[in-house]
Amino acid sequence: MTAVTATTTASVLGALAEVHDPELDEPITRLGFVTSCEVSPGGDVEVVLQLPTPQCAPNFAFLMAADARTVVRRLPGVRAVTIRLEDHYTGAEINAALGRGEGFAGAFPDETGGDDDLEALRELFLRKALVARESRLCEALLADGDSPEEIAARRVADLPDDAPDARRCIELRRRLGLNHDPGSPAFVLPSGEPVPASGLRRWLRTARLVRMSLEVNGGICRSLLRVHRGVAIDDPEEVLR
Amino acid sequence: MYEKDGEQYFVVDAHQHFWDASPANWVKGQEQYAKGWIECFHAYMGLGPPETHWPLEKFMKYSEDDYVHDVFEEGHIDAAVLQSTYLKEWYTDGFNTAERNARIAEKYPDKLIVNGRFDPREGEAGLKQLEEDAKRYNLKGVKVYTAEWYKGSRGWTLKDPEAQIFLDKCKELGIKNIHAHKGPTIWPLDKDAFDVKDIDVAATSNPELNFIVEHVGLPRIEDFCFMATQEPNVYAGLAVVIGGLMHARPRFFNKVMGELLFWVGEDKMLFGSDYGIWEPKWQVEGFIDWKMPDTEEYSDYPHPTTESKKKIMGLNAAKLYDIEVPAELQLQNGGAPAAKEDAQLVESA
Repeated sequence: MTAVTATTTASVLGALAEVHDPELDEPITRLGFVTSCEVSPGGDVEVVLQLPTPQCAPNFAFLMAADARTVVRRLPGVRAVTIRLEDHYTGAEINAALGRGEGFAGAFPDETGGDDDLEALRELFLRKALVARESRLCEALLADGDSPEEIAARRVADLPDDAPDARRCIELRRRLGLNHDPGSPAFVLPSGEPVPASGLRRWLRTARLVRMSLEVNGGICRSLLRVHRGVAIDDPEEVLR
Repeated sequence: MYEKDGEQYFVVDAHQHFWDASPANWVKGQEQYAKGWIECFHAYMGLGPPETHWPLEKFMKYSEDDYVHDVFEEGHIDAAVLQSTYLKEWYTDGFNTAERNARIAEKYPDKLIVNGRFDPREGEAGLKQLEEDAKRYNLKGVKVYTAEWYKGSRGWTLKDPEAQIFLDKCKELGIKNIHAHKGPTIWPLDKDAFDVKDIDVAATSNPELNFIVEHVGLPRIEDFCFMATQEPNVYAGLAVVIGGLMHARPRFFNKVMGELLFWVGEDKMLFGSDYGIWEPKWQVEGFIDWKMPDTEEYSDYPHPTTESKKKIMGLNAAKLYDIEVPAELQLQNGGAPAAKEDAQLVESA
């Protein structure tokens, strides 16, 4: 039985790695937001989430907690699932709604404008994430000597299989309902239109700003986690001196 | 006045606080929010150099002596704007009221400016209060915190029709600087609370007012930049950018400054220490010493000059608040306009 339980804990953490912070487009496991994950011998799962500050935005907090619940419930052999957002100023409302299996409007009745599943908010940030990832891939190609024409001519099939940004771009396009066939353009605007060679550098200027915004927010979150929660996690960009 | 390498800088700190977040001021039943708020601020202090960190107890309520020491004696500050943030749902006497700011300001009338606040959800009573405050504190500016909780509502936006009534009142009262501060909640809660589009709407409808977006719209700096490049009356408040990034994340600091210089420009960026979150001394000294690195990674960004820094550190804010700058501290040639070679690129984007 011990071996089975251990596997299950690992598989729960594996599933949680699919959950991304919508604002940062990074897995919540890599951001250190999962502070505890327990699986009972019978298959009951309890996951505790903690965000960098108690004041992190309630809507994004809800999305992460709800997504965590969804991916864990999908696992075979899992019975009851409890997701607990700890030390958050709207944690009580969010935890109660999740426990009842309700959406965001259930957590905050009369405080939403009709987007009870936060789909519009989620989509907005999927688009930002796509722009940011594409800019990183594009800059790497430019650094390797590709011309704007060569970049605009690239197809999804030409993207490097081993680049996490490329894999994530395809996943983001899938979730946004954009064409991501191997033969479709590698670089697209959030509308799905291809980025034209003539406008590539201008597009990159704005795309790079979006990417920097996401990266800086990720950096601030990591700094706060370290200072506020004492959680030191992998930090791709810099270390707090 | 701060002097370095033979250059003299007139320093205006456009964003400071003098708060009381001590437990004695916590509203009964709301302690978790009052405590969480100030502990979150305290965590931000941890992003500055370790020798500038305070224990939480001092951070919750620092004294007038602390203020005078940190700001005037050590901080190189010539003039400062004390911003008001009420949060009366959580703090009995308010977190940082205009009244509390005025207690210090009236002792240093030639150096300190008190900014008021308004909240459109307060209606008629709020308008009356704004009139009284404008008279009492000679207001030239207000700070609006759109994420403030009020009687069951968790926020508002500057494009609400009620907000326009208050902006009109500001014009009538001679209040011309609106410092907008975004926070994690807004009504309705399913929208992105950090979105700065409402400031865009308000700035377009009210060209006679200046809108200073605090902490440059972080965490939506991209939305802020796209907006500020189109709105002549929108300014970047650098509080948090310098305090939160310059020490903790110098590479990001270079990039954020580079993007702001490109999109917003050095004529529309205002230094703010966000004291008591961070002491001004290390921020002023560090910013004057800072240079955009001459490496490939930053080659696309404008490289600020001594003149750029003089504007950002004080001359831009002095203009907005009609602060008199001694002749020898003004720009010698009257200040050449910032390079705008990229404007075309931006406009056609």
